[in-house]
Amino acid sequence: MSAYRDIVENGLWKQNPGVVQLLGLCPTLAVTTTAVNGLSLGFVTALVMAASNGSVSPIRRIIPEEIRIPVFILIIAALVTVIDLGMNAFAHPLHKVLGIFIPLIVTNCIVLARVEAFAARNPTTPSMLDGFMMGMGLTMVLTLLGALRELAGKGTMFSGIDLAFGPAAKQFVVTVIPDYPGFLLAILPPGAFIGLGLLIASRNWIEQRKAAAETVTMPPMTAARSH
Amino acid sequence: MSESKLKHTATTAAFMVMFTVIGTTLLAYTYFTTKAPIEASEAEARMALLDQVLPPTMHDNDLLKDTVKIVAGGELGNRTETLAYSARLGGQPSAVILEATAPDGYSGDIKLLIAIHHDGSLAGVRVLTHKETPGLGDYIDIGHGDWIKHFDGQSLAKTPDEFWKVKKDGGHFDYMAGATITPRAVVKAVHQALHYFSANKDTLFAQTAANEVQGVAK
Repeated sequence: MSAYRDIVENGLWKQNPGVVQLLGLCPTLAVTTTAVNGLSLGFVTALVMAASNGSVSPIRRIIPEEIRIPVFILIIAALVTVIDLGMNAFAHPLHKVLGIFIPLIVTNCIVLARVEAFAARNPTTPSMLDGFMMGMGLTMVLTLLGALRELAGKGTMFSGIDLAFGPAAKQFVVTVIPDYPGFLLAILPPGAFIGLGLLIASRNWIEQRKAAAETVTMPPMTAARSH
Repeated sequence: MSESKLKHTATTAAFMVMFTVIGTTLLAYTYFTTKAPIEASEAEARMALLDQVLPPTMHDNDLLKDTVKIVAGGELGNRTETLAYSARLGGQPSAVILEATAPDGYSGDIKLLIAIHHDGSLAGVRVLTHKETPGLGDYIDIGHGDWIKHFDGQSLAKTPDEFWKVKKDGGHFDYMAGATITPRAVVKAVHQALHYFSANKDTLFAQTAANEVQGVAK
């Protein structure tokens, strides 16, 4: 059972695609102008990753070694197109907002990376979990970054939520700072780089604190001598 | 040796072909099952857009079906063929909705949707797409400001040709300091669209739908 725990932990924290592996930066930086955008694209990516890992894993032994990459890409591209068409049909406004970034999930390195590194070597169930959890890790980062930029840039939270969850959800839009003049830099691409930098720094800071705490709890051998 | 190599290549190729066929089948199936819903939601989105420029009370016909094709270029400045939607009330022409392109925005084309009443006054204008600077030139978009509503009720009769400019240029139309190029382009495009309308009124309202209207070359 601990194997599954490791997968979850890797996806969400230890090997987080957004702030540790730094894979799939194109959508990370481009789409995260609002929290809802980040959440939606992240979730779609997680679905694609679970589906692609889940479909590669059962056939991993029959795919000839030489053509595995083209086959993986073919599978990923087909799945993304299916999801793209499905969203266009049943979640049209959201599809319009995410636009070009849905087909671009194909080119997101993290999808192929997980297929190649995990699904091609592991049984189906853990593979699907790995894809989904890596996707959720990315979703977390995208949502946080989106929330950060939205708050700093527009002073609102969850604007555009009606596009993802129907018009009834419009009441969940929170104007955190009323009459906010807007901070353009946060919405423009540089804001994404700065925001991601802050997120990476915070994660590293937490990791370092954890590491430091662990060394302190060890028996202090020479600790007294260090100033 | 070479024979086994050949065999290996053939197997590999066969696998690739097999996966391609499976992938294509899956895509074809999805395409055909989602085709109708996609068309329906696109029509719905289109209709919601048309409702913004022309209140639904202004027509009792199906706007999406009562269209006239307009060739690219001419006074409307569109780069591709567009549709003009004819609104009718009790069989009588009430308004027309045109697409126009302002080619001289601050950064690229500004696409507009313009509804003009039968008497030549504007029912409404909306920006379809633009690439103007966020926070600066984007107030022409209804999502970022009410500026575009200034056009409601305007007409060639109400505002003479020489006043179809922003106030900075001596015209009648407001603008925001720091972004004059954007409103200037929009005002010009709307003005030209009104001229196009008065010159082609009869063709636009012709009873036979889906006939070609010649673009008026300048």
